[in-house]
Amino acid sequence: MAKRIDVKDLNVYYGDFRAVEGVTLGIDARSVTAFIGPSGCGKSTFLRTLNRMHEVLPIGRVEGEVLLDGVDLYDKNVDPVAVRRTIGMVFQRPNPFPTMSIFDNVAAGLRLNGTKNKAELTEAVETSLQGANLWNEVKDRLDKPGAGLSGGQQQRLCIARAIAVRPQVLLMDEPCSALDPISTLAIEDLISELKNDYTIVIVTHNMQQAARVSDRTAFFNIAGTGKPGRLIEIDDTATMFSSPREKATEDYISGRFG
Amino acid sequence: MVTTTSPPPDVALTGGRRRGPDRIFRGFAVSASGIVVALVVLVGAFLVTKASPSLAADTASFLSSREWSVADPTNLRFGIAQLLWVTVISSILAMAFAVPVAIGVALYLTHYAPARVAKPFAYLVDLLAAVPSIVFGLWGARVLMAYVQPLQDFLKSVFGWIPLFAPTSVQAGTIFLASIVLAIMILPIITALSREVFKQTPNEHKEAALALGATRWEMIRIAVLPFGRPGVISAAMLGLGRALGETIAVTIILSTTSGAFSWSLFFGGETFASKIANAASEFDTPSTTGAYIAAGLVLFILTFAVNAIARIIIERRKAFTE
Repeated sequence: MAKRIDVKDLNVYYGDFRAVEGVTLGIDARSVTAFIGPSGCGKSTFLRTLNRMHEVLPIGRVEGEVLLDGVDLYDKNVDPVAVRRTIGMVFQRPNPFPTMSIFDNVAAGLRLNGTKNKAELTEAVETSLQGANLWNEVKDRLDKPGAGLSGGQQQRLCIARAIAVRPQVLLMDEPCSALDPISTLAIEDLISELKNDYTIVIVTHNMQQAARVSDRTAFFNIAGTGKPGRLIEIDDTATMFSSPREKATEDYISGRFG
Repeated sequence: MVTTTSPPPDVALTGGRRRGPDRIFRGFAVSASGIVVALVVLVGAFLVTKASPSLAADTASFLSSREWSVADPTNLRFGIAQLLWVTVISSILAMAFAVPVAIGVALYLTHYAPARVAKPFAYLVDLLAAVPSIVFGLWGARVLMAYVQPLQDFLKSVFGWIPLFAPTSVQAGTIFLASIVLAIMILPIITALSREVFKQTPNEHKEAALALGATRWEMIRIAVLPFGRPGVISAAMLGLGRALGETIAVTIILSTTSGAFSWSLFFGGETFASKIANAASEFDTPSTTGAYIAAGLVLFILTFAVNAIARIIIERRKAFTE
């Protein structure tokens, strides 16, 4: 169910402003890849190009190729809506649909895909909530509003919603930055489990988190305000945190960063 | 002897520095809200005191009679059944016409139109609210009527067997025509309020829908419409309130029917407001005036009830919107 991603010479623009420049990297199937780097270095912007969410902004524009198992997501014949059904996303702040119950939140993506069969939905909702380690906490109140859960539970609900449609890739944009340490731990455990089935890309500000959950780490940096962000290097997480090739990486990881 | 450090300077923690501007503003805000409440209560009290003598003297059933003879103070016979029907049906129909259009326009302005189109277009819709109602009335009766008539004839010929669409002797100033004009008149307010709530849909919810692979319309259905629902409901109710009380346009358009009655939308009649306006020259004796004021009292209560229902609906949805 998981596919690999290859990015070739990708430039990302906001209008005329080039926010990210010349990124080339590969993301293995069934692995966790972490993007780290200072604020404003374009890592989140870059992440959003992987499922074509960047172009939701009227001024969002992308040049280059993003290949999902060899298929260019930015090919003229590719439908961005189909891309987003294949590549799921979890956001920084938990964003369950406030007017929907827990059940309906998880079923939302399936219903978009046309699943109407009640039994099928019920089964998929249970599987997804179990997959997100949330089932035991909510199984007795599936009809209650999703917004009534705690922050950590809401984020796991969002993960359940994203995996319910069985995506090829799961993108996570700082999924723990709004959560307390216990909830963060729960999500990190979950990421480790999910990587058996999914290709996972996670943006994080927390370097310990990158070290704990990821197989490979990519470091992004920015030369200065108004300059585009660049990929400095990508390597196995263990290597990145022990002996990075670039000095900028080492400075950032060891906290010596400007 | 134990030496102590000198105590902190005696800052007045109680009373003392009441800030003047604070107090003035508080007084202003409280009295402004007080005046509004007092006005509503006084209007209600005025209506009740002026209406009750005539209501007591009414020998017909006020709520269920369709009679209206109020000239003879010794034999008052009046009821509001027909007024209530015409008022309510014309306003509800107007709301039914206006709300879908308003939602469509508001969604277009907030989610489809490019910014340089949206702004002037929104301004145009707002301008519609600035057209005086006498102009709407004249336009409806002189211009729109000719265009609505073929539609009426068609509906009558196809659905004539339903009492609501039954053919009647009235040709021109029908409830149907009045409803269309009312719909146009309440369109700007419903559009403007819906536009505001749709605009406030949190980006996070819209992105959540899009990231699941929702098309733009599906995103609107999942994220924007549920978020905006309470706002749209209150906008619709506000529109309904305006339609219920609209006077001049309805007075010009509706053909009066002097006592006859039909359930058909293609009949004429009078609303509370148009009845009172038509009779404004007859307010000579307290008993006659009181009968009309009684009708006004019902309109007052009706509008109040509409707003209360809107409140209840919004409250009930709250658990799912925060």
